[in-house]
Amino acid sequence: MTTSMVDVKDSAAAPAVHTSNDEERLKEFVERILTVAKNGGATAAEVTAGDDVGLDVKMREGDLDTVEFSRDRGFDITVYRGKRRGNASTTDTRDESIQEAVGAALAIAEHTEEDSYSGLADPDLLAVDFPDLDLYRCDPMDVEELKTAAGTAESIALDFDPKIYRSDGARASVSSNCVAYGNSLGFLHAYRSSNSSLYADVIAKSSNGMQRAAWFTMARQRSELDSPELVGTKAAENAIRKLDPRPIPTGEYPVLFDQTVAMGLILHLLNALSGRPQYLRSTYLLESLEKQVATTGVSLKEYPFIHGAMGSRAYDSEGVATSEKYFIENGIAKNYLLSSYSGRKLGMPSTGNAAGVCNLTVESEKLPLEEVLHQMGRGLVVNSLMGQGVNILTGDYSRGASGYWVENGEYAHAADELTIAGKLDEMYKNMVAFGDDVEIRRNIRTGSILISNMTVAAI
Amino acid sequence: MTESVSSNAKQDLLTAGDISDRQLEVMMNGMMSREIDRGELFFQCRRNESWSLEQGIVKNAGFSVSRGIGARAISGEKSGFAYADDIQLDVLEQTSSAARSIARTGSSQSTNLPLKRQLPEFYQGSDPIVSISQDEKVKLLSRIDKFTRSLDPRVKEVSVSINANHESTYIYSSDGTDQGDVRPLVRFGVSVVVEQNGRRENGSCGGGGRHDLSWLYENETAENFAREAVRQALVNLEAVDAPAGPMPVVLGPGWPGVLLHEAVGHGLEGDFNRKGTSTFSNRIGERVASPLCTIVDDATIPNRRGSLTIEDEGTPGQRTVLIENGVLRGYMQDKLNAKLMGVASTGNGRRESYAHQPMPRMTNTFMLAGESDPDEIVKSVDRGVYAKTFGGGQVDITSGQFVFSATEAYLIENGKITVPVKSATLIGNGPEIMTRVSMVGNDLELDLGVGVCGKEGQGVPVGVGQPTLKIDQITVGGTQT
Repeated sequence: MTTSMVDVKDSAAAPAVHTSNDEERLKEFVERILTVAKNGGATAAEVTAGDDVGLDVKMREGDLDTVEFSRDRGFDITVYRGKRRGNASTTDTRDESIQEAVGAALAIAEHTEEDSYSGLADPDLLAVDFPDLDLYRCDPMDVEELKTAAGTAESIALDFDPKIYRSDGARASVSSNCVAYGNSLGFLHAYRSSNSSLYADVIAKSSNGMQRAAWFTMARQRSELDSPELVGTKAAENAIRKLDPRPIPTGEYPVLFDQTVAMGLILHLLNALSGRPQYLRSTYLLESLEKQVATTGVSLKEYPFIHGAMGSRAYDSEGVATSEKYFIENGIAKNYLLSSYSGRKLGMPSTGNAAGVCNLTVESEKLPLEEVLHQMGRGLVVNSLMGQGVNILTGDYSRGASGYWVENGEYAHAADELTIAGKLDEMYKNMVAFGDDVEIRRNIRTGSILISNMTVAAI
Repeated sequence: MTESVSSNAKQDLLTAGDISDRQLEVMMNGMMSREIDRGELFFQCRRNESWSLEQGIVKNAGFSVSRGIGARAISGEKSGFAYADDIQLDVLEQTSSAARSIARTGSSQSTNLPLKRQLPEFYQGSDPIVSISQDEKVKLLSRIDKFTRSLDPRVKEVSVSINANHESTYIYSSDGTDQGDVRPLVRFGVSVVVEQNGRRENGSCGGGGRHDLSWLYENETAENFAREAVRQALVNLEAVDAPAGPMPVVLGPGWPGVLLHEAVGHGLEGDFNRKGTSTFSNRIGERVASPLCTIVDDATIPNRRGSLTIEDEGTPGQRTVLIENGVLRGYMQDKLNAKLMGVASTGNGRRESYAHQPMPRMTNTFMLAGESDPDEIVKSVDRGVYAKTFGGGQVDITSGQFVFSATEAYLIENGKITVPVKSATLIGNGPEIMTRVSMVGNDLELDLGVGVCGKEGQGVPVGVGQPTLKIDQITVGGTQT
């Protein structure tokens, strides 16, 4: 279970942080915990164990600000005594801690109440194929390389325009992850994955005050990221575009959710279609299969097997095989997002979504962003949202927003201190245009989305 | 006696890793050998147990332990940080690596042991997880479920949860710090879905603090959370669409103090002000709020959720006046930012866990009571909104814009509270809104103890509070124009 940390001085020559040996070791570890659970009286059990190593470097105002090494290990166990369930987790992987955690889970399972829907996944649904999804492309854990990437992004942003007042820091990071899952049905598998990311956060200033904006890029490896130049430029452009906001009158307007906030909009829709709010009757999309829930012509489909993608996985957190599927096809709800438990509550099989969606892709006719703006004509582009304000039960939506005002399809001026409000049901049915500015490196793959009408409140 | 709490925490944490005082010293010397201003070792063990009831069944419960060490080396503005789940020597080796890469210049600082004195404790260190048995927890959840359902036939779904947390910390630093803390933290919550003529609404209420679970049995505490959750949900069944646009808003006492947390609290944290990125930077001594406003951050209130006997850098918890009669008096500081700004730490150095670096964070932040009768405040409004309960909030400390979301609100018409309106987000600019506070009630209340504050991905428990307040104009994010 130990991994070798890389010394700063000679890290360029460092080997990959995790190897296939770590997968084997983690699988043995999971088996050992399952055995302890079985010997302790569990009628069934499942264990997830992880081993993550990371390096994060932050540059600020041209100088090194923070260097952070991380190592996270631990496991999570769920045990069953018949239909009673208990759970425990620990970051402590010593033998006595395994005994302590398993003992705690078993003690809890003596006190929880019988739940006829509980239990491990249906054995027929467990994954049997484990294609190599090419998720491990780990960059070296090299402080100097990360310093260079973050420093470049920051200096590009600072030099972009005199209105850029200062940097709140740029960070570059690498992480190497290994995870294993096993259960008492005999399922046992482990895999490695890696992440690289780059982030810049800058502040622009004018006589009317300061505005902050950031840009973020993440992928399995550094070479797939937006370049440091692009990250710096995007952060700076966005900060300048927020300067000198002018008031707009409170009213009803078309609202464009730009690509970065459109992901959240799609997530609310997926939440409303999730198993738990369905069986708790706490979603506005109650019993909505085969009903229209979004604009005709739009589909939400997941693709779990894309090589090297951020959302790829062959099985979910219960070992259930993932599959390509529609949640929404041509505006009609086709599937809920189900775990074994929520599936049983609703009388349906698990959809392999106990850990969420995999490379969820918004499919529709797409236009270049300029054409979408032209179609909007006069309205609000939102690129930053604040606060909670989304009620999945009632479908009421009211959030703080900022962005820019558009006249005749062109940027007119910055707009902030606004709220946008509406009904989720109407918002999804009023998605009238989709931009082609799709970010395919994210787990929710969407471009900008235009909603024909929302209430915008302003000073 | 803090000294004994502190040494017990130290004992427990170091014994687990089999580390002696001598080894601590050796580790620290290893870190300090590279022109580092300050080295710091943070040891932590946190145990948590949670139980939840859903659809009449106590179906989920979990126990978790996190134990580890975070090591930090500071040189000027730079930090090298490493953490690991083992309280072991190799972690320190990694930190030295991180430290080497940050240290260019710096002054070695001699150790000066602070005077050990008896400090007041703001909570007892006993373990709340075992304060009632597992059997009793299950019985309590089931009893509250049945009680909640009995309150109204329109109650369709009930969820109840109970959470107890016990944490030991020990901080050893090259500046002489040798302090620990043992903290209990508990939380209880009820949420409901009600249904009437096909319309469904939710309501929730909960509370907690740094004490044990026996409080749930005193004065019908648990039952009162249930009553409040049902009351809110039933009110929302009658709610009409909220208005949109700027208008006067009266905020009720207690949890609506999330306004202060967002509108001024974050903007007064030392790190943002040291870097000049806050809308409140370089404004000490200036008027930043109406003269009716005096706002404090206070870690010393006994048993409150945000209270700290010893915070995460080893500094005792304190009360800090942030704004006095509208004038900005001070920022909240941790050691790093205090040193760089030439002031003393205010005991606001907090971290989510050993795996996170400390930052200036709030504890319990609230506005002191004013002189107005709350009824008079409502009467003074012609047309506006009375907001009684809030969800969360968020702030952009650079532009000063903040939001908070009302979950129970009413129209005020001709000085009277009339119909309930649907949940809506309120948005404003912190410094501007604080100058528009025109009436402050005499009814200061602190919240019930459920707040979690997030900053740079780190969550810490906090408290908020305020008396009834009137804001002359703030934008309400409803749908009715």
